[in-house]
Amino acid sequence: MAGSSARPLPTPTGPALPIVGKSEKKPTWCPGCGDFGVVAAVEMALKRLAIPSHNVVIVSGIGCSSNLPHFLTSYGFHAIHGRAVPVAEGIRWANHGLTVIGTGGDGDGFGIGAGHFVHAMRRNIDLTYVTMDNQIYGLTTGQASPTSRMGQKTKSTPTGVIENPIDPIALALASGATYIARGFSGDVKHLTDLVANGIQHKGFAFVDVFSPCVTYNKVNTFDFFRQRVYKLESAGHDPSNIVRAWERSLEWGDKIPIGLFYKTDRPTYEELDAVLQAGPLALQPAGLRGQERLLDEFV
Amino acid sequence: MKEIAVRVGGQAGDGIQSIGESLSRCFSRMGLHVFGLNAYQSIIRGGHVWFQARAGAARPHSQGDGADILYALDRPTVDIHASNVRPGGTVVHDSEKFAVAESDLPAGVKVLHVPTLEIARKYTSQSILQNAAGIGASAFLAGIPLDVLHKVLTDSFGRKAGDVVTWNIGASADGYRFAEQHASVNDHALPRGGAAKLLMTGNQAIALGAAAGGCKFLAQYPMTPASSIMHWLAEHSAKLGVVVKQAEDELASVNMAIGASYAGVRAMTATSGGGFSLMVEALGMAGMTETPVVVVDSQRSGPSTGLPTKTEQGDLNLMLGAGQGEFPRAILAPSEPKEAYTQMIDAFRLAEEWQTPVLVAVDLHLSESFATVDREEISLSVDLPSLFTVPPNGHEYRRYQYSESGVSPRAIPGQPGLQYVAGSDEHDEWGHLISDVRAGIPIWVSERTKMMNKRMHKLVGLARSVSPPVVEGPPGAPLTFVAWGSTVGAVRDAMVELAEHGQATNLIRFPAVYPIEPNAVHAAMAQTRKTLLVEGNYSGQFGRLLRAETGIEFPDRLLKYDGEPFYPHEVAARALEVIHHGRQ
Repeated sequence: MAGSSARPLPTPTGPALPIVGKSEKKPTWCPGCGDFGVVAAVEMALKRLAIPSHNVVIVSGIGCSSNLPHFLTSYGFHAIHGRAVPVAEGIRWANHGLTVIGTGGDGDGFGIGAGHFVHAMRRNIDLTYVTMDNQIYGLTTGQASPTSRMGQKTKSTPTGVIENPIDPIALALASGATYIARGFSGDVKHLTDLVANGIQHKGFAFVDVFSPCVTYNKVNTFDFFRQRVYKLESAGHDPSNIVRAWERSLEWGDKIPIGLFYKTDRPTYEELDAVLQAGPLALQPAGLRGQERLLDEFV
Repeated sequence: MKEIAVRVGGQAGDGIQSIGESLSRCFSRMGLHVFGLNAYQSIIRGGHVWFQARAGAARPHSQGDGADILYALDRPTVDIHASNVRPGGTVVHDSEKFAVAESDLPAGVKVLHVPTLEIARKYTSQSILQNAAGIGASAFLAGIPLDVLHKVLTDSFGRKAGDVVTWNIGASADGYRFAEQHASVNDHALPRGGAAKLLMTGNQAIALGAAAGGCKFLAQYPMTPASSIMHWLAEHSAKLGVVVKQAEDELASVNMAIGASYAGVRAMTATSGGGFSLMVEALGMAGMTETPVVVVDSQRSGPSTGLPTKTEQGDLNLMLGAGQGEFPRAILAPSEPKEAYTQMIDAFRLAEEWQTPVLVAVDLHLSESFATVDREEISLSVDLPSLFTVPPNGHEYRRYQYSESGVSPRAIPGQPGLQYVAGSDEHDEWGHLISDVRAGIPIWVSERTKMMNKRMHKLVGLARSVSPPVVEGPPGAPLTFVAWGSTVGAVRDAMVELAEHGQATNLIRFPAVYPIEPNAVHAAMAQTRKTLLVEGNYSGQFGRLLRAETGIEFPDRLLKYDGEPFYPHEVAARALEVIHHGRQ
């Protein structure tokens, strides 16, 4: 019987990086992909907050952008398509001493994983979810995504999309997220602020990022967004006002807002769960030794 | 077997389960062994429901075949169940509600009219109190002392207002005394046994076993008949320090459990076949990322929504094949609450030791039936090794390091210097993907083979780590039953019945149905003459698995897929057929 004692012990070498940085794996994205800006922003945000690598877990689903955890030195869980959010929730509940960041694409988060996205927000679980929204399915070579605009021609919609797109910001407002922002991977400094503030925010922080696909989306390009985005911070937007946030979320066309739409304080799931109030679950005792009185209820 | 059985029937909403549970608890407190079957329909009010409380000095392993007392709250109960009342038995009813004539009943069965409504009216206008009068009369006939009944009723109303308790005590005493004056105790009534026994459902045993086995996290979506696992753990969550999350669906449940396990707690989910079908993809992820997870599938009649409140063992093929590609898993199949408790502890041990999914196959019949357990049979002192087994820092860490057993050192997030990415893509020893730029490059092609071999090799050790098949009954008997899961119960009772008629049989049962160690099966079956495979499904799924693993054929079968549990008499009848006419 091979118990833990039978497991081979690793061999000693040098010390590990204390703060999150680039891993030895080079990103495998197409040259010019928007996701380079996002991984840079996540890395810089974690550096700014000086969170040690071993206390960070980055969780992703499947898709081009979901390869992100491999490119940083934190812990990572590269899950299956659409399930990054529930895996991240499980991690967070097992150890809420960890900084947990969900990453993924628009197909992963708003298509196959839409149900989880909505429910995680209403729970206000304290994690940060960064979506690399390129309005296309990239890894499967260019089909329509839930955020593809009406009329967009893709491999699966050769005559144009005939469904209304999901608006992730409006969906997040309706679902109860307590930090809702939109970034642009063409502005890494601004995006870094949004991600860092999101990580620091107590509760569910959602950062939707315009992260253009340079290969399959010839409509929503870097230039498309550069010409249109404006910052809510410079437009006098009040992020504590959910009605104003709602109005801004509806803006699409010549002017598209990025920045912090909405932020509020509400108790997190971890704060409200009686068991988690006693500290990270992974560090709590397990088992029923000595609790014989528990059996009395069966008599 | 010396036994006494009380059956109570009526409409959903009548409080049938509560009556049945109270009578079962009276027996278990008398120190008798009990099996309690709760039969119901997928409807909250209306529809026929019934409960059978069967007690014996020896352990009854199933609901048995007949009843000595039938307490009928409505006329359909008489029509449906009267034929099951044994000679010398009694049908209890209230003629103010409906009439029953002895001519409606089998020979030798008596009628006892109890004025339950009239008794109830003495105390309150709430007609539900009639149940207390009926339970009192039934308890008298079943040989239950009044003080035992009163203590059970008082305890069950513990937190309710004083009047309710007083009324119930009064009405049950009135019913008891009425029966005392108008009838006599059933001949099968049993004296008190030893110390009070524990009475629990399979699902309570599963929940208790999970907590004892170190489970700290359950995510679950409601689905009959698995829901009460969540209910018990939710009720005890704060006390036991177990986080219970009702998830948005089963996809979330299993993925949350896997995430929690990855981050350093023992975690599980539970569901029935429909939910299990949704969990299939994530099981492969747990296999690929080598993350322990325990998944309980409490089977009900399929396919699709099937018969939601009826039992079946039809998901074995699904559990065996769940997930694309191949990965190691174990499937445990406890046969009764006592074993469900120990098998849950084992499930967590195996999942952790072998870093792979462990499935626990139960069914509605086990999940929701009540059975007694002796206190000594439940040990809460379980050794739970720390999950932080890899020393932090100062070494080159490979999460998926090749090893003889297939098991690699598992770091937990939060441990410094051991960061790795758990990937659902194929990966190398460090967890780096070999699915993208490396795919198809010869060195990585062979790496893929090595990594598959490493994972799959766990099956060798797993087969030796799971509970081996168990042989019960006299060796060399002319017939060997082959069974797994809750079906074992009716087989055991049939063996007792056959033995009472001078017919020896034995049983080979499988507390773990996968992986199978062929040599262990061959050894256990060395003296077997004829076999009878008993399974609750259409195609003999376990028989097919056994044949595939061992080459042994099971030509004679008793397969059932009508939603009902096996009854000892039908198992015994089929056994006699096979003994006299079956194939060698």
